Amino acid sequence: MTVAWPATARPTTAAPPLALEARGVSLAYRDRAALRDVDLSVAAGERLAVIGPNGAGKSSLLRCLTGLAAGAGGSVGRSGSVHLDGVPIEELDRASVARRIAVVPQQVDLPFAMRVEEVVALGRIPHEDPLRGLRERDRSAVGRAIGRVGIGHLVGRDAREISLGERQLVLLAMAIAEEAPILLLDEPTVHLDLRHQVETMELLRALNERNGVTILAVLHDLHLAAHFFPRLVVLDGGRVVADGPTETTLTAGLVRDVFGVDPAVVRLHLAAEG
Amino acid sequence: MATDSRAVARPAETLAAPVVRLGRLELLRRRPALLAAGAVVGLAVALVAGVALGSVAVPPDQTVAILLHRLLGLDLGVSWSAPAETIVVDLRLPRVLTAMVVGTGLAVAGATFQGLLRNPLADPYVLGTASGAALGAAIGVLVPLRWLVLEFGLVHGLAFAGALLAVFTVYRLSRTGSLGTLTGLLLTGYAVGSLLAAGLALVMYLSGQNLRQIFFFLLGGFDGASWLRLAAAAPIVLAGVLAIALRARVLNAFLLGEETALHLGVDAQRERAILLGLASLVTAAGVAVSGLVGFVGLVAPHVVRLLAGPNARAVLPVAALFGASFLAIADLVARLVGEVPVGVVTAVVGAPFFLYLLRRARTGYEL
Repeated sequence: MTVAWPATARPTTAAPPLALEARGVSLAYRDRAALRDVDLSVAAGERLAVIGPNGAGKSSLLRCLTGLAAGAGGSVGRSGSVHLDGVPIEELDRASVARRIAVVPQQVDLPFAMRVEEVVALGRIPHEDPLRGLRERDRSAVGRAIGRVGIGHLVGRDAREISLGERQLVLLAMAIAEEAPILLLDEPTVHLDLRHQVETMELLRALNERNGVTILAVLHDLHLAAHFFPRLVVLDGGRVVADGPTETTLTAGLVRDVFGVDPAVVRLHLAAEG
Repeated sequence: MATDSRAVARPAETLAAPVVRLGRLELLRRRPALLAAGAVVGLAVALVAGVALGSVAVPPDQTVAILLHRLLGLDLGVSWSAPAETIVVDLRLPRVLTAMVVGTGLAVAGATFQGLLRNPLADPYVLGTASGAALGAAIGVLVPLRWLVLEFGLVHGLAFAGALLAVFTVYRLSRTGSLGTLTGLLLTGYAVGSLLAAGLALVMYLSGQNLRQIFFFLLGGFDGASWLRLAAAAPIVLAGVLAIALRARVLNAFLLGEETALHLGVDAQRERAILLGLASLVTAAGVAVSGLVGFVGLVAPHVVRLLAGPNARAVLPVAALFGASFLAIADLVARLVGEVPVGVVTAVVGAPFFLYLLRRARTGYEL
């Protein structure tokens, strides 16, 4: 199933189909549990942030949702099920998953000198003709992604010589060039300055509202999560401890219990408890 | 086709002009086809030079005429003597072509190992191929059996088998470990390689007057080349190279690591096994024919990446052509200097270049 990106394609039905659905997912690395019995439903066209302290299982959840931890290889054990558009994810081959879900990794290291636009172009691999490589429509998708993320000034630079924040934007552009209907992001703003944090959030909102892209972002910054995401999922100790509209989910008690800090340090309008 | 940065920059949207700091070689990077055409010309020059020059020089026009006549059936109207034809066709051509086939195989295998292991210092021998082949060949020298199949003796057969067996062992052992896959592969390769090297040292110590023969194998060379051997090795190497080149997309996906490769739709575990197998097969076939020729597999992919960027769609074919020319010329130099082992020539050229690479590796070698 392909999504025509430039066109606006917001689902309008009363009960939009579930893009991603995790049921009773548990994940353990050797004997250390990373996720415990996690249920999560993401409807097509939704935009949600996953928050939680370090080690809460946020990245593990992303791995499960993309089917990466499925092959229970040696030290990783997984149970439960993940469905992508209603199909068990392990029944799909990697290529069709990649055409549906684009992932922005936190960081990557580059063993070889590689230009910014070459990194972005890697996002087209799921669509690439195996023999002929990038075609005109791939190139224009790369150009669009570079334009949307606003990294045109980095074109031609070695991706190893730019700053961490700039590289994070390059990885975002790579995932956007994939033009997949679902976008998963793993802490996309950690290395960004304030302006780029806001711009990235606004870009995600535009992708979601104008292009109908389903967005799930793991975030550390509660302010960004609260300002830009209508739904929050809170993970702690591998469990979903809260899941709902941001206004009612982000309470002072949650900040105290989950993050173990005085809610006063969070300069946010926190919802009343109870 | 490689990423064409101009095409990327075309949609006007918000793109600023690309930063220009690349100098004259930029043209080659933007037009990999031009680079490939240059490499084909280089290959043709290497072929003619390799066949024409030697202890008896055959004039270049006669060489070209004989080659075109025998390879393509064309008649240039140049006459040549019967001995010249014998030298060209029976003695030098199989040798030059063997060097080219092995050079192609090593360059492509090197590019594959570097890409898969994400390690610029990897070469075709990094996962134990070299020590496996060397131990196999050394045992082959010591066993007093002299069968010949397609002009290949026990030495070649055991070198081939040893190389494959070593990689297979490394791969299997690394899969059961708990380290990250790539680190696991590299360290297991190192450990198994050391063990095999100890075995080789022992065999060499016990080999008595056969030591020289083992030594010859370790240095590599093409003096045993013949049409029949070429006919046996070339299909394996060329088929392997072609199969790898058809997976350029997969190698590109591995550029940002295994996890990203999975996100980009590549079945990383399966593809890694396939590519490792193909590259090892190509390496083993090359090693069985010519012994351990070093540095080609390390250096050729780097030279090409320097010119064409990291895109495997450009790196693989151009490295294949470049490796072929490089090894054919190295063999020519080895012959002209007086039959020194070709491994010495490639190392004399390759080692300084490698040092140069290491110096630039700190800043990256963006031109």
